[in-house]
Amino acid sequence: MMEPGLNHILVISAALFFIGVFGFFTRRNLVTMLMSVELVLNSVNLNFIAFNKYVWPNKMDGLFFAIFVIAIAAAEAAVAIAIIINLYRSHHSIDVENAEEMKF
Amino acid sequence: MNDFLQMPLLQILPAGKGSALALLLIPLLPFAGFLLLGIFGRKHIKSASGVIATTLLLVSAALSLYTAYGYFFDYGKVNGVYQKFIAVQYTWLQFSPGLSIDLGILLDPISVMMLVVVTFISLMVHIYSLGYMKGEERFATYYAFLGLFTFSMLGLVMASNLFQMYLFWELVGVSSFLLIGYYYNKPSAVAACKKAFIVTRFADLGFLIGILILSFHAETLDFNTLIERLTIDGSHELHTAYSSMFLGASALTWGAILIFIGGAGKSAMFPLHIWLPDAMEGPTPVSALIHAATMVVAGVYLVARMFPVFSMSAGAMHLVTSVGIFSALFAAIIACTQTDIKRVLAYSTMSQIGFMMFALGVSGSNLIEGSLNYANLGAGYTASMFHLFTHAIFKALLFLGAGSVIHFIHSNDMKDMGGLRKYLPITHITFLVACLAISGVPPFAGFFSKEEILLAAWQHNKMVYYVALFTSGLTAFYMFRLYFNIFWNKGAIVHGEHHGEGGFVMMLPLILLAVGAATAGFIPFGNFITADGKSLESEFHWQFSIAPVAIGITGIFTAMWLYKNENNKPAAIASSLGGLYKAAYHKFYIDEVYLFITKKVLFNLVGRPAAWFDKNVVNGLVNMTGNTTLTISDKIKGFQSGKVQQYAIYFLAGVIGLAVLFIYIWK
Repeated sequence: MMEPGLNHILVISAALFFIGVFGFFTRRNLVTMLMSVELVLNSVNLNFIAFNKYVWPNKMDGLFFAIFVIAIAAAEAAVAIAIIINLYRSHHSIDVENAEEMKF
Repeated sequence: MNDFLQMPLLQILPAGKGSALALLLIPLLPFAGFLLLGIFGRKHIKSASGVIATTLLLVSAALSLYTAYGYFFDYGKVNGVYQKFIAVQYTWLQFSPGLSIDLGILLDPISVMMLVVVTFISLMVHIYSLGYMKGEERFATYYAFLGLFTFSMLGLVMASNLFQMYLFWELVGVSSFLLIGYYYNKPSAVAACKKAFIVTRFADLGFLIGILILSFHAETLDFNTLIERLTIDGSHELHTAYSSMFLGASALTWGAILIFIGGAGKSAMFPLHIWLPDAMEGPTPVSALIHAATMVVAGVYLVARMFPVFSMSAGAMHLVTSVGIFSALFAAIIACTQTDIKRVLAYSTMSQIGFMMFALGVSGSNLIEGSLNYANLGAGYTASMFHLFTHAIFKALLFLGAGSVIHFIHSNDMKDMGGLRKYLPITHITFLVACLAISGVPPFAGFFSKEEILLAAWQHNKMVYYVALFTSGLTAFYMFRLYFNIFWNKGAIVHGEHHGEGGFVMMLPLILLAVGAATAGFIPFGNFITADGKSLESEFHWQFSIAPVAIGITGIFTAMWLYKNENNKPAAIASSLGGLYKAAYHKFYIDEVYLFITKKVLFNLVGRPAAWFDKNVVNGLVNMTGNTTLTISDKIKGFQSGKVQQYAIYFLAGVIGLAVLFIYIWK
């Protein structure tokens, strides 16, 4: 059984990132888009932790950043959900294409 | 650096003598009136505004008289010489240790005299206007403007430095503008006020450049220091001012000439006189105050104030003399042909100011440039100031009298008048007194002052004397032409009921001024006002007076012969003179020359190319910028689609692009 190394983790992280980006571009449902963003953020977290563990095992900067990103993600989710609820109240839909007129 | 700087130039007001507060109140009371009436006048105190303004000015005039009494009879004279006092000095803008702009009050014989003249004439006009302007829609505004004018004029005469004088000089111009344009719904008045403002403003440019030149060389703006530095033999400043030449004249001469241009604009000297006759569009009391007695003599006052500097430059003095004498003659000829009574008086004013100007000019121009000999100065200076004083009184009286006539007959034109002596007895008598005074008939005021001017001219330059003599004959002629046309000539042509002479408030100033015009000549002016502060022995030769009085009387009898009764002699003479009469009637086409220069030359050579440049180049650039922006934005506005995911793709593409740029290309 092979010990998983940095490369394995980076592959998983890249996969997560592109799954998230793909979801963000293709889904029309705002909640799903929010979930895609979370996937992107978690892929970044994975990167931070992996680099911290394998490149600078004596430092903790990567861990701090990961925690920081989680906190930001939580705040972002709160804001995004608030927006989504408001959009639902006014449009009775959370389809992103119905929000096009917001540009005016 | 300059040892003469340590010389005591002037003294602060002696302790216990005269009050700086009283001096400050003299200009500030009319200003307070201006603020009060300007802010509250139209709504709250409209009917009382005239009385309020008049009361404030009465206090101001009383304080001026008190100051004049104290100065001339109590503390002014030290060892037989009238001193210059700086009563109030406040540093307003400090540019460098050596250069600051101050606001101050300078007391010397001419400023004290002007204080009395300005406040007294202004008071007369305030009282007179109570009757004349009664029932006007903008009664309070009128009094507010009068207050502003009086404040500015007092600030001007008391100015202790050139810049302060310039400041108030412009304020005076503004208030003149406001008052000429008082009837703002009358197009001719609007045109006249613009003309007056633009012409005098144009001349003021000369004044400003003159200030800059002189203060650059003297390194100060203060009158006393400046005069001291530019007139002491061998001083460093005088040397540089003489030795820097431009177009064949020294900086000192240029400075003096440019300052004189400013004065000539305000005093309506040829060729900057064109605004004065048109300024008669203002209410008549305003013409009496501003365009006869006070503001228009500001130019004379300025030259008198800077007199020691002028007398250092023979060229500038010659210019003052020639412009003065030419304006006097020129205006007198035009005055003989005009039929609008206010315009006759306007040209007469211009002529009399010409007298004052050349009297200043002949005071010192027999000197060689660079040497100052006070013994030769003086006579013309004193005569000029004396004439300024008497002229203010009798010319204000003439204008107020003309105001009464206009008030009565509702017309400015002589043709509508005649035989009015029965209806306006007081106006008739006072007008006659003023006419006699201006014609130089003894013992009225004008006789004495004109005599002194002619004497100064005689001693200096015979040519000037003969022209002045002829002009004073013309003066008598046109004044009595006016008098006979108004009060005699045709029978009474008043139809229907009439409203009398205008009541006590309009008659009181006339009577007071008439008393002044009859007696002011007996003031021994040489004792009080001279170029150097020492008293001047006034030489009075009765033999010398024969010629001027004779020519004056001749003028009067000629006018009587022509105009006392209705006849066709004037028309016959006019037609026999032909072209000359026509030219004089059209004011020698000076207005047309100005119009030609502005409309044809300036508009075509400067205005039109500038307009073309503006329309095509400047506007074109602006339009091009606008059009480019519009086109580009039209092309790229599709990017903002409102589709969030499209934005995300652009964003991602941008990030990838930047990543590629930084990682692979721009290492």
